[in-house]
Formats: sequence, structure tokens, C-alpha cells
Amino acid sequence: MSQVEAVAPKFKLTLSRDVTDVAYRLLAVAIICVVLSIASDAFLTANNLLNVLRQASLVFFMASGLTLVILTGKIDLSIGATVGLSACVAATVIKSTGSPWLGAGAAIGIGAIVGLGNGLMVTKLRIPSFIATYGMLWVVQGATYYYMSGQSVYGFPAGFRALGSGYLLGIPIPVYLMVAFLIIGYFFTKRTTWGQQIYATGANTVAARLSGIPVNSRLNLVFILSGAMAGLASLIYLARLNSAEGDIGETLTLPTIAAVVIGGTSLFGGVGSLFGTFIGGLILTLILNGMNLVNMNANWQPLVTGVIVLLAVWLDMKTRSKTDG
Amino acid sequence: MAQGMATLGRVPGVAFVLVALFAIFAAMSPGFSTAPNLSNILVQSSILLLLALPMTFIIMTEGLDLSIGAVLTLGSVVLASVAVSTGSLTIAFIAAVAIGLAFGLLNGWLIAWIDIPPFVTTLGTLGIAQGLCLVITDGTSIVGMPPSLHFFYSGTVLGIPFPLILAAVAYAVMHGILYHTRFGTYVPALGGNREALRHAGINDRRVLAIVYGIGGLMAGIGALLLTSRISSAHPTAAIGMEFDAIAAVAVGGTQFERGEGWLLGTLLGVVTIGVLRNGLNLLAMPSSIQVICVGLLVIVALFFDGVRKAHDS
Repeated sequence: MSQVEAVAPKFKLTLSRDVTDVAYRLLAVAIICVVLSIASDAFLTANNLLNVLRQASLVFFMASGLTLVILTGKIDLSIGATVGLSACVAATVIKSTGSPWLGAGAAIGIGAIVGLGNGLMVTKLRIPSFIATYGMLWVVQGATYYYMSGQSVYGFPAGFRALGSGYLLGIPIPVYLMVAFLIIGYFFTKRTTWGQQIYATGANTVAARLSGIPVNSRLNLVFILSGAMAGLASLIYLARLNSAEGDIGETLTLPTIAAVVIGGTSLFGGVGSLFGTFIGGLILTLILNGMNLVNMNANWQPLVTGVIVLLAVWLDMKTRSKTDG
Repeated sequence: MAQGMATLGRVPGVAFVLVALFAIFAAMSPGFSTAPNLSNILVQSSILLLLALPMTFIIMTEGLDLSIGAVLTLGSVVLASVAVSTGSLTIAFIAAVAIGLAFGLLNGWLIAWIDIPPFVTTLGTLGIAQGLCLVITDGTSIVGMPPSLHFFYSGTVLGIPFPLILAAVAYAVMHGILYHTRFGTYVPALGGNREALRHAGINDRRVLAIVYGIGGLMAGIGALLLTSRISSAHPTAAIGMEFDAIAAVAVGGTQFERGEGWLLGTLLGVVTIGVLRNGLNLLAMPSSIQVICVGLLVIVALFFDGVRKAHDS
């Protein structure tokens, strides 16, 4: 009974928090931009800024699905590996059939199947999501290496490559896709019953179940969406790199989680937004871009990303304990 | 008869798996059940055991340490670079253990006092440790180890390989801590009933931090074996070994919830993973297949665990 009552005030709180959260993060973006434009002449050029947006869009596709998973209070650690498998299968499909559409179908389909596997392990076998998706990470990665057996696939049709490196009216094509998904995602999460049920599941799973929300179906849904979005991201990554190797997705999980937590989505579920994740991805991309512009060795990237993740969660926990009393 | 069945039911699943794998590989590969190969499996498993023992403690607290493979690698990198620059293996070993302990305590502090979920904390420190490995080595191997380093992986004492002695001592110490000290009784309580621990006036945060600290410490000690094994340090040498450690603990029957754990099960789990990888190696299976098999083994173990839980309740 008390658990049911506890949901209502928590919900009201999150709505007001959303606005201030986003404002703080936009301020952070502004500060980083000012610092970077002082540190490097190359930062404030149209080329570089468009490049940042393009990179940020890639992070957003992976992180948007993960945001939904984290909103339910679960985690998906298999995203990077899923991007790898989807990219490699899509690459061979496009190479052998010449059809980017078949490749796209394969990539998104494989992502969705991996996501369904994660969802079933969590909902049917009741395995904690961090361990289920961690096991999946290695199974998928192993499958990718086996599938590629050390080979790489490269050279795709120009029409497909435009997905990653093309421009439309001077703006990179993936940026349009990102805006489209941001709008769709906003309506899905904030304006549909399913979206609200995802928030409610994360805010209090027991209360959500008691109030008749099909919790397991929603959990399966978010894992499938997370996998499918990883599949979509793999296409853009593939189109950009113009080649696929077995280790293609290995380093992507940490930045993806970084984008979500910098964006203010709580790891405990129920609090956060896709727009926050977009800004989180932008902040992370700006920092990595800045490191690049001041000629910092790329070896520093995992270290810096790790520190950023921990700082972001720490800050989030500090502000949360203040507002929640 | 009924009693016999009950006893059979209590035999852990991991023992059946181990026997089954052993029989399969013995039948399929003539080189498998030879004394040198079996000794080889045990020696190869010793590094994994050093990680899996503290991982058992950590998982019993309902935690996880994804950074332990990267910390082991960082320990190896630090050990090698200090050995090269000072020429002293003792100082190098102390440095490796210190960096391991520092990372373990950092994990513990972030998890126990800042309340960051363990998988995110250790994913973050994984990135930091991996980054440090790359920055220190600039992505290449560190070579030119003192010849005496060779002993720690390949040497024997009274005919027993040194890694086995180290692993046995580590097992005995961890067994003693878990089952024969007051601290050991706090570990499962951290996972099963943290409130009760707090009410009893125990500083639960400190206990939790020490548990993660032990993980880092053991990774630092393991760095000695790892560096000795490959006579060099490589920035990605043991990246991903945390997966085998977690798999060994899961296969060994420790629960990811409720704080139930079993150290002997972890030992059997480590040998099971060792047998699986060695057997697949002898059958010339690529490492990608090995990883898939370990992953499937974990999922099967968790599946049966879930079935048993449903049966119990």
C-alpha cells in the first residue's frame, strides 16, 4: 500500500526536475564551447561543428535505446557488441546482394533479436539485467569474431555511404535522422501510454505491476528497441567507416552509457529523458572532439570517458539526495 | 533410496558439468587426459582463481567487478615498467599490488560511500585502468624482463608448480576469511540483509569497501603470474578476463541476488572454465567459439538456477 502511494510525489518531482536538468546541461554545453573555442582555432569552424553533430548523432542512436532500458531501472551492456554484429552482417549482406535495404533490414533485425534475447532472460529467467546483458555481450562478440574470422569487408555503394558521410543542404544526413528520432522519441516517451508505462515501471516496478501495467511486455519492448537502435547505429557507423571488422563495436558501450548518465537519466529508473541523452551525447562528443583538437593522444579517450561517467553519476547522486531529502 | 536421491540432488550442478566436459574432451581429444595437459590446465587456471575468489565475495554482496581484468592488466603493465626502470622485481611487485589495491579501494569507495551501482562504477574504472595501460605503454608491449621473473609462472617448489602453490594459499586464506572470521559473516549479510548488519552496529560501508579492495589486491598479485607467463606486459593482455571470473562464480552456484555464495563451487567453476577452454583449444576451436561456449555455460547455469529457485518456492 505504502509503495503505491510513494509513486505519485516522485512523479511530480521528475517533471519539474526535467526543466532544470536540461537548463544546467545546456549551460555546460555553452561553457565547453567557450573553453574549446579559446583553446583551439579549429573548433569554431562550420566543418568541425557539423562533424561534432555527426558524431553526436551516432552516440545518440545507441544511447536512445539504452535510455529507455535505463528508464525502466534495467541496463543493457551488450550494445557495443550488438553494433559490431549488426555492422558485420549488414556489411556482408550489402556486399553479396548489392542491396543496402536488405543490409539495413538485417542489421536492425539482428539488433532486435539480440534485444529480445536480453528481454527474455530478464523477464522469463529472472536474471538480473546487468549479468544477462553482460553474458550476451560476450556471446554476441564471440559470434561476430567467428562470423568474420579475422577478415574485413569494405567498399560499399555510394548511396549507402551517404547515410554516414553525405550532406543534405549542407547538414550531415545522420543529423536529420537524429532530429527525426528525437521528435518520435519525445512523443513516444511523453505522450503515449506505453511511454508513460516505461517511466512508471522504472519509478516503482511493484506499484506498476499492481496498477495493471504489463511490466514484462514493456521490459521486453525496451530491450528490443535498444537492440534495434544499436542495429540502426551500426548502419550509420558502417556507412561512415566504409569497412567492417570483428572488433568494430568493442569500445562503444562505455561512451554510450556515458551519454545517458551525463544526460541525467537515473540509473535507478523512472527519471530522465531522451532529450537529456541527446545533450549528454553532445557533451561527451564535444569533450572528445576538444581532446582531438588540442592533439591529445587517442589513448587517453577511455580514461577520460571513464572519469566522466563516474563524475556524472556522482554529481547526479549529489543533486538527487539534496532534492529528494 | 529416497535419502540417496536427496543426496544426489544436493550434488552441485557444476560437478556434473565438470565431469561431463571432462568425459567429452577425453573421448574426443587423445592429448587431453594426459598428466602434462591436466597439470597445464591447473596452472593456467591459477590466475583465474585469484580473480574468481574475490569476485565470489563481491557477487555475494550483490555487486560486480567488471574492472578486475583491466586492473590485472594495469598491474602487469606497472610491474613490467617498474621492473625495467628500477631493475628490482620486489619494488615492481609492490608497485603492482599497490596499484591493484588502489583501484579496488577506489571501486569500494565509489560503491559504498557514493552509492554508485557497482556495474557502472567498475565499468568506469575499467575505462580508466584500460586507458592508463594504453597511455603507459603507448599501445605496445613492454619487454626486457629480468630472467628471475620466469620462476613465478614456470618454476616449481618440491615438484609443485609455483602458481599452484600461490593459488592454494590464496584459496585457503579466502576460505578462512569467509568461513572462519567475523568479517566473513558480514560478506553474505551485505547481499542478503544489509539493514540487519547496520542495526547490529556494523560499519557496512567499510566492509563493502574492503571486499572490493581485496579484489584489487588479488588482481595485483595475479599480475606477477600474468607478467611471468608472457615474459612481458601487453596493454590488452587480460582485458576481458573478468568475464571468465564472473562465469566461474556463476557456474559455481553463487547467487547474483540474496547473498548466497559458495567458495568451493567457485574453485570447481574455475577448473570447469579451464577444462572447457583447454579442451576447445585442443580441438583447434578459435577463441571466438570458446567465448561463446563460456557465455552459453553461464546462461545455462543461471537458467537451471532459476528453475531450482522456482521449484524451491
